[in-house]
Amino acid sequence: IPMAKNCHNDYKMKFSLDEEFPDLSLHNNHMAKVLTKEIYGKLRAKSTPSGFTVDDVIQTGVDNPGHPFIMTVGCVAGDEESYEAFKDLLDPIISDRHGGYKPTDKHKTDLNFENLKGGDDLDPNYVLSSRVRTGRSIKGFTLPPHNSRGERRAIQDLSIEALASLDGEFKGKYYPLDGMTDAEQEQLIADHFLFDKPVSPLLTCAGMARDWPDARGIWHNENKTFLVWVNEEDHLRVISMQKGGNMKEVFRRFCVGLQKIEEIFKKHNHGFMWNEHLGYILTCPSNLGTGLRGGVHVKLPKLSTHAKFEEILTRLRLQKRGTGGVDTASVGGVFDISNADRLGSSEVDQVQLVVDGVKLMVEMEKKLEKGESIDGMIPAQK
Amino acid sequence: MASSFSRVLSSKRNLGILSVVGGSVTAGFLLHREHLSAGPSVRRLYPASAEYPDLRKHNNCMASNLTPTIYSKLCAKVTPNGYTLDMAIQTGVDNPGHPFIKTVGMVAGDEESYEVFADLLDPIIKERHNGYDPTTMKHPTDLDASKIHSGQFDAKYVLSSRVRTGRSIRGLSLPPACTRAERREVERVVVDALAGLKDDLNGKYYSLTQMTDEEQQQLIDDHFLFDKPVSPLLTCAGMARDWPDARGIWHNNEKTFLIWINEEDHTRVISMEKGGNMKRVFERFCKGLKEVERLIQEKGWEFMWNERLGYILTCPSNLGTGLRAGVHVKLPRLSKDPRFNKILDNLRLQKRGTGGVDTAAVGGTFDISNLDRLGQSEVQLVQTVVDGVNYLIECEKKLEKGQDIKVPPPLKQFK
Repeated sequence: IPMAKNCHNDYKMKFSLDEEFPDLSLHNNHMAKVLTKEIYGKLRAKSTPSGFTVDDVIQTGVDNPGHPFIMTVGCVAGDEESYEAFKDLLDPIISDRHGGYKPTDKHKTDLNFENLKGGDDLDPNYVLSSRVRTGRSIKGFTLPPHNSRGERRAIQDLSIEALASLDGEFKGKYYPLDGMTDAEQEQLIADHFLFDKPVSPLLTCAGMARDWPDARGIWHNENKTFLVWVNEEDHLRVISMQKGGNMKEVFRRFCVGLQKIEEIFKKHNHGFMWNEHLGYILTCPSNLGTGLRGGVHVKLPKLSTHAKFEEILTRLRLQKRGTGGVDTASVGGVFDISNADRLGSSEVDQVQLVVDGVKLMVEMEKKLEKGESIDGMIPAQK
Repeated sequence: MASSFSRVLSSKRNLGILSVVGGSVTAGFLLHREHLSAGPSVRRLYPASAEYPDLRKHNNCMASNLTPTIYSKLCAKVTPNGYTLDMAIQTGVDNPGHPFIKTVGMVAGDEESYEVFADLLDPIIKERHNGYDPTTMKHPTDLDASKIHSGQFDAKYVLSSRVRTGRSIRGLSLPPACTRAERREVERVVVDALAGLKDDLNGKYYSLTQMTDEEQQQLIDDHFLFDKPVSPLLTCAGMARDWPDARGIWHNNEKTFLIWINEEDHTRVISMEKGGNMKRVFERFCKGLKEVERLIQEKGWEFMWNERLGYILTCPSNLGTGLRAGVHVKLPRLSKDPRFNKILDNLRLQKRGTGGVDTAAVGGTFDISNLDRLGQSEVQLVQTVVDGVNYLIECEKKLEKGQDIKVPPPLKQFK
C-alpha cells in the first residue's frame, strides 16, 4: 500500500515535542501511565501507510482522563499496522492490560468447541442467559477510528455478501441501520439486538461514531441465537446467545458460525486480521487475542455481598459487570460474569474458566442460602 | 520571548508582503502558505462517488449545497495545515438537523479553508447570510461606538445588555484543527496581550486547568464559566479535543468585559452590563477590542481578517462582524401577539431563550439580538438592535395601554 501523505502530521512536526506533549497530570488510564515524552518523541513523526499517527492513537485517552468503574485503555488502533508502528507505546500497554504479556509471547487460538468440558449443566434457576461474543477485523481495511465512508461501505457490502451465503441454523437476514422499517426496529429493540449510535465519549472521541448510521447494520439468524454487528466499535462483532445455562451449546454455535464466516471472507481475499503474537487484531488493545467475552447473567444476591466476592472472582479469572454491560452497575443481585482474560489463552481456555467458575459460584450461592459457610470452597488462584 | 511560530508584521491590507521573525523552518512554513492551490493531494483509496456522504435525511446548509460535483472537485484538496474537506463537513454529516435552527453543517480548520473550499463555502455563506455574495461584495468594518444614538433602553423592560464577537489569531489553526502546541500558543499570545490592559479594563486570567475551587465557584456564580462543549455540533467538529488544555477565561475587575480563550473560537470577546445602557456596553466593547489588537500587534501578531469575509471565525455563520448584540427584555404582551415574529423579522432581529441559542424563553423574557453578521458593520448592526429594541418596547407599552401596534416595514438588507 503506498504511503499516505499525512499533511496534517507533517505540519505538526514544526512544533516542538514539549509543546505538543499532552497534559496527562490528572489522568488515570493505561495510555497515561505508559506514555513518556521519550516515547512520544520517538513516535510523533511516524504514520502508518494509511496515515494514522500516535496522536490519533491516544486522542481518546487524552480526552477521557478516567472512568469510575474501570481502568480504561486510553488508546485505539486505526489499522492493522498501528500495532507495529506504535509498538513502543502499545507493547507496554498490552503488557499492563494483559497480565504481563511480553512482546515475544505467542497467542494460542483454539476454536474447537469439542475441547470444552461440561458447560451444558449450569442451573437455569440461577443462570438466566449465556452469551459469547468476539470481534473480527477484515484484512485490507482500516479500523473504525480511521476508516472513510468508502471503506466502511465496502466492509458492509462484503459482510452482507458473506452472511447471505450462510444456511441451516445460520440462515438469516441483514438489517441496515439507515434502512430498516419502524416495525423491524421495534422488533430488534424488543429482542435486545439493536445497537445505537455510541454515546460513550471513550468511543466518540476516537472517531468511531462518524457518519452514523452510514454502513452500519445488524444481521441475525432466524432463531435469534447468532448475531453480527457490522461497523460499530469493530468491523464485526459476532455474538452467540440464548436463555438459560447451556454455555456448551452457545459456544458450539459460536465456533461453527465464526469458522463458516471466516471461510467466506477468505474466499473473497479478505480474511480476518490475525497474527501469532497478538491473535485477532481489534480496534481496542483490550480485545486482542481472542477478543472473546464469554459470560452469563447469573443471580448471586448472597454471594455478591459476601466479603470475599471480589477475591473469588479474581482467583477464578472472572470479572463482573452490571446487566447493562461494561459501563453499568448490577440490578437486583443479577450480575454479568465473564472471563477477564483475552490475550495469552485460547477461546476454549477462557470459556472453560467461565463454565467452571460460574458452576462453583452457583454452588456457593446455594450454600449461603442454607446458611452454610463457603470458606472451604474458596478456590486457589487459577 | 522567542517563539517558534511565524509572526506577521505587515498590516492586514498587505498580505502579499510578509516579514518573518524566526528560523528557517518558519520561513519555509510561511512561503508554503502562499501556494494554496499547489498543496499536495491526500491519497484516495476510493473514488469520490464511493466517499460522497449520504445526505438524504439531512437539513443543514452544507447538505443543501454539497453536490457530488463539488465534492468530487474538492475532496482531494488540502490546506497548507493539512485540513481536508471531509474534516470540514464531518459535523454536518454527523448532525443531520436541529429542531430550532437550520445549522451550517461545516466549519473552517484554518484561514485558508475559506479559500481552498470556496466552491462549497461561498454558496453556504450566501445562503446563511441572506444573499451576501462573497465573490462580489465587500464587508465593512466599523468599531466607532460614538456613532450610536438612542442607545440607552428603558430599564423597566431591558434587564441586561450584551455584545459579543470572536477573534482569531492569524497564523494559527482554528479550534477544529489546531494542535495542542497551537492552542497553547493562542493562549499565550492572548493572555500576554490582556495583561497589558489598564484602568477599567484591567483584569485577570483564569486557566481552566489551574483555577482553584473558589475561583471556579465565583465564575459559575457570575455566569462566566464555560464548560466543555456537549453539543454534538461542536464535538463532532473536534473542538473539544484535549479539554481543558489551554482553555481559560479572562475578565476585567469590574466584570463587564470578558474573554473566552479556545472554546469554539480562538477568542470570544464579551462586553456586558445589567440594565439598558447598550451604548456604554458597545463603547467598552470597541475600546477593549482595539486595545487587544494593538497589544498583539506590538508582538507581531494580528487578527484574521479580509475585506471579502471580514473577521474570520470557525463557523461560517460568524463571519463578517461575528457580532451578536442583544438584550434580555421583558415583552410578556408583545410575545403573545401573533405579529411578534413578523415584527422581529422586519426589524432584522432574532429571539432566543434567556439560556442562549438552544433554549426557549422563560416568563415572557427574551434574548433579542441582531440576525445579521456579514455585509453590515458593527455600528450598523448595533444601531439596528438599538432601533429595533426601542420599537419593541414601544409596542409593549402600547399593548399595556390597550392600544394597537403596527408591524414596521422591512429593513433594507445591505446598507
